[in-house]
This record gives sequence, C-alpha cells and structure tokens, in this order.
Amino acid sequence: MPEPRPLVQVRDLKMYFPIYTGLFRRHTGNVKAVDGISFDIMEGETLGLVGESGCGKSTVGRALLRLYEVTGGSVTIDGEDVAHLAPEALRKKRPAMQMVFQDPQASLNPRMTLADIIGEPLNEHTSLTSDQKLARIYELMDAVGLNRRFANRFPHEFSGGQRQRIGIARALALNPKFIVCDEPIAALDVSIQAQVVNLLEDLQDKLGLTYLFISHDLSMVRHIADRVAVMYLGQIAELSPRDALYDDPLHPYAQALLSAVPEPDPNAEATRSRIILKGDVPSPANPPQGCNFCTRCPKVFDRCRSEEPKLTEVRPGRFVACHLVTQEPTAGPQPAAPRHKSTNQQGVTP
Amino acid sequence: MPDGAAPVLDVRGLKTVFRTRGGEVHAVNSVSFHLHRGELLGVVGESGSGKSVTMMSLIRLLPEPPAEIRSGEVLLNGTDVLKVSPAELRKIRGAKVGFVFQDPMTSLNPVFTVGNQLMEPLIEHMGMTKAQAETRAAELLALVGIPDARKRLKSYPHQFSGGMRQRVMIAIALACDPDVLIADEPTTALDVTIQAQILELVRDLRHKLGMAIVWITHDLGVIAGIADRVMVMYGGQVVEQAPVKELFANPRHPYTRALLRTIPKLGGQREARLQVIEGQPPILSGEPAACPFRGRCTHAFDRCERENPARRSIDGKPVGQGHDVACHWTPEAADA
Repeated sequence: MPEPRPLVQVRDLKMYFPIYTGLFRRHTGNVKAVDGISFDIMEGETLGLVGESGCGKSTVGRALLRLYEVTGGSVTIDGEDVAHLAPEALRKKRPAMQMVFQDPQASLNPRMTLADIIGEPLNEHTSLTSDQKLARIYELMDAVGLNRRFANRFPHEFSGGQRQRIGIARALALNPKFIVCDEPIAALDVSIQAQVVNLLEDLQDKLGLTYLFISHDLSMVRHIADRVAVMYLGQIAELSPRDALYDDPLHPYAQALLSAVPEPDPNAEATRSRIILKGDVPSPANPPQGCNFCTRCPKVFDRCRSEEPKLTEVRPGRFVACHLVTQEPTAGPQPAAPRHKSTNQQGVTP
Repeated sequence: MPDGAAPVLDVRGLKTVFRTRGGEVHAVNSVSFHLHRGELLGVVGESGSGKSVTMMSLIRLLPEPPAEIRSGEVLLNGTDVLKVSPAELRKIRGAKVGFVFQDPMTSLNPVFTVGNQLMEPLIEHMGMTKAQAETRAAELLALVGIPDARKRLKSYPHQFSGGMRQRVMIAIALACDPDVLIADEPTTALDVTIQAQILELVRDLRHKLGMAIVWITHDLGVIAGIADRVMVMYGGQVVEQAPVKELFANPRHPYTRALLRTIPKLGGQREARLQVIEGQPPILSGEPAACPFRGRCTHAFDRCERENPARRSIDGKPVGQGHDVACHWTPEAADA
C-alpha cells in the first residue's frame, strides 16, 4: 500500500464571529467558535469530528469548504490553500469539495424537482448537453439507490432518508474528492440511519472519497471513522485513531464524553461507572483562562488554570491537549519521526 | 413489583384517530398498558410510531378535532380520565399527571420568571399562598440540582442553559407531587454529558419520590439504563412489551430484533457493516387490517397480510404482566 497522502491539511484554523453591542454597534468582542485547530485528513480516510453542540464542529466543516471567510490559518485541500484562493480560482476548486447537510428538509429547494436539484451543480460547473446531463443524473440516482422514476418529483414527496440520498447525489454530481458530512444522520430515524451510513461507506469504497464526518453520535462515529477528533469549546482536545480513542481515551473530556453515552445493554448499564461532568459548557465569547476545559474537568490542577495546553503527540498517532497527559514522563512525546500522520500536526505554523 | 397492588395507571384499548382532508390517520391503535407505583416504563419507537400521541391522549392534550379518541379507557387510580368533566380534567393535569416535553427551549414561557412558572401549579392546584409556594419552589429547584435556588427563582428562562431548563421543566412537573410523570423524549435535545446529568437526576428522584414514570425515547441506550419495563411501539401499536433485561436478552418481535442489530455499539466487536431495516415506516391511513411491519419484515408470510396480530404472551404470564409480542411468526417455527 502506498504511503497515505494528506488530502486536507488544516493549520491553526481560527473562525471568530464578531459581537457588536451598544447604540453604535461597536465591535466589543468575538465568539471564538474555532480557536486555532490543526489536523490532517489522509486521502481515502474518514475523520470523525465529535463534540457537543456549540463546540464549533460544524463551523470547522463550513470553514474548511470556505462557506465562511476564516479569521486566521490555512486550509490546504489537494495542494491549494482554499482559505485564501481568489474568487475565480475558488469557483474552479468547488467541484472537488462538497458537503452533505444535516437537515435534508431545509437543504433542498422545495420548488425544484429531484432532477433539477441533482443537475444544478452540472449546470454550474460543466458544459454537458442535456442528454448527457440526464444520463449523469440517472447514474447518480442509481448510485444512491433512488428509483429513476422519481426524477420529476419534488422533495416533499420523499421521506427523510430518501431526501438525504438526494443530498448525497447532489454532493457527488461533480466527482468530488472530499466531502464534509455535517451530521448527515442526526435528523433520521434509527432504522433509517444505518441505510444512509452504509450508502456513504459504499460510495467511499467505490469512488475513493475522503470524508470529514461531523456528528455527536459517538457510537456511529466509531462505526464509520478511521480517526476521531474530539472538540471542546473551539479546540481539539484529543485526536486519535478510532480504536485507541474508544478503548483508552486520554483526555479527561474524551473520557467523560465516552462514559456519558448510554449503551443498549441493561447489564452493562447497571454496572457502568460514569463520569458525570458538573455544570455547562462556558461561553465561547469568554472562554476560561488556561485550559478551556478547566472549569469542568474532574482532574483539574493549578497549571490548568494558568497555562493553555498544546495539542501534542503523546503516543504514535495520538494527539492530546492536556497537561496531565503531556507531563507524564513515561508517555512523553515520541521523537519526531517523519511519519505523515505526525508531521505538522501540532499546530506548527510556517 | 407488587403483583397484587392495583396499578396507578391502567390504559385499555386506547384508539386515537386524526381526521384530515386526506382521510383518517390511525395514529394509536388499541394500545393497552399499565403502570405501578415506583415503576419506570420505557416506550421506544421511531417518529410516527404513535408514542407521543398515545401519551398526549392520556390527559387529552391533543386538539379535538382533528384528533378524536375513538375508544378505550384511561384509568388513573380507578377514575377514567376520558370521561371526566373539563374541570376535573384540569385538576388531573399538573396535579396528578406531570408532563415533561422534549424541547426545553420552547416549553417554558419566555416572559415569566422561572419562579413564577414553578409557583403557578402550586398556587393553582395545592392552594398554597404565595409565600408558601415560593419556599416550595425553591426546594424543588434545589431538588433538581440547581444551585442558589432561591435567587434563581427570579431568573428568566433565557438565562438558563438547555440542561438547566430541562431541570426546571422536571421541577414544574414534580411540583404537585404527581402520581404519574410522563417524560416525552426529555433528553433528546440535550448533549450526552448533560443527558447523563439528567438521567442521574431521574434515577435519584425515583428512589426519593417513588412515583410512576413513563419515559418516551427512541434511544435504546437510554432505555437500557433507566427502565424497568419496555414497550416497543410501531405503526401506532404495541408490538412487544417485556421487562428491560428480558427484552434486550431475548427480543421476539422482528422489529425489536432488527432495531437492536441496527444500532452500532460503543464497545466490543466493531461491526464491519451495519444491519439495515429496509424500507420506510408505514403510513397509517385506514383501519389497520394487517401487521404494520409486514412490508419491512424479513419473516413476513401470507397471514401477516390478512390479519393484524394480537398481543400474545410468551412466558405464560397474562399479557401486559410479563413478556408479550404482537407477531404471527415464532423463532421456534423457523428453527423447526
């Protein structure tokens, strides 16, 4: 197998939303939705991005595709810095990067037929004849398991799972390399979720797609992702290979988050010890000093309140931002071996 | 469980129909269940399975029309809620039956303080004076784990986070010490760490207060951790009902079996591919004459087309007491 190549490289990405207050709408502060995060996504890989609502995971997904103008940092997708591309070059880049949205109801135009919705990216970015276009639309509908007879129907005639298939077909229309899936199954029933997840996996195998899979469903992320990044309050707390994270989470927040997920097994539930976090997530407009988790961390100590921990590779392929883990002498950082996954992962800016 | 004691809530053959321009929708079809004091009944099912409509029918929260409760009995401590006068119904709602809704963001009134909303049922139903109600309200807020309760009574809902608002909703539902608490997806809108806090709180309160709870959810993980008994609903009907451990260890209905297989696990062996339930949930128009799950069932045979299966016991106990299932197919028949 060839050495995996990073398709997406994110370096020190910052996304602040300004707050304006008072009579003169003065700029008085920022909501730091994403505050300096760095990671890579390898070609053909699925990176899971998990966290609670408001932690900035959707903002990361949107900033990656430049649906927002980022505040700082760079997003390199397949060799080009998307965050700083000129408008015309960005337009040319768009076909390579697509998105599947959370709400299949809101992300489909109710007045367009299914063929119009799937065909719209083709109108915008290709010069196919109408016959070729229709052939491509049918091909896409086959790929996502929609009956060709439905081509002239409207979104409201479909169920949630089928609508999500339409959204996926639209995202696939231009043969993208990279797809951001922003909570693609959150709005679906349990019995339908598996259908959509299996479809996404099949398409990845067939087309060699790279996914950023954003979700708050940790069980589903365990199923679909190769590596998982846990976000808390705009920063990455831990980024680890899937099995390592689920078997032995290192960051206290990752530990608490995993222990909070209820398991469909009454015997396990009866004996399980849970880490119950106190309180709520602080406001991203006014994050705490030092480590952003220090207000709720059960293992907090003095250093956490003064010094911000950096995301550091503590074991091969495992990155953690926590003083408790990084200061352990036994689990110190590995010598900087020129492995792809490890290079440049810790927020090293040029 | 005290087998001899009469149940607090006994629902028999409840049928709710919605009249729409497109015809009748049979949302709840002959649902029966009962609940003892101190018991927590989990109700699982996907959207449209009729779980919320069933519970709202119990205390007649549905607008009539379009809804119509066509038949059935809802015995709350022996009185049929479906037959009482509007004045008596008012006394039952809030005082005898507490309700916690899914969305804590929209179920509190934004223009009144939290204290005001907590004191309202106390003054209305318990006949307390304002001062007494205020003391009791502060106690309730403290009970659900809100620090600095007395001061927080003067806060407005927007000053609380989602998890805290759900705690306030629980406090309001508990205010008059109801016999039955109905919680309709109370943690679905919350994050997992906050959900863990609320579940912990409910486990704790159950032991302290000993009331009967109906907990509606689509999350089998939540059910596994909190319920004594589980009722699985599909297409407006109860398809399976069993004690929680029995249901997870020995699911009998093809839908329950498929549902348990389709969800990925957090621990243990990671499945290479998720099992799917093919097809879509049924549309509940017309009198249900066939099994609602037949179109998606891998075991369906001609009888499922012809006859809607009745609930039958599989462990010898009367239907509703032990493990029962509404299905023509049996695993034993398949093995033979």
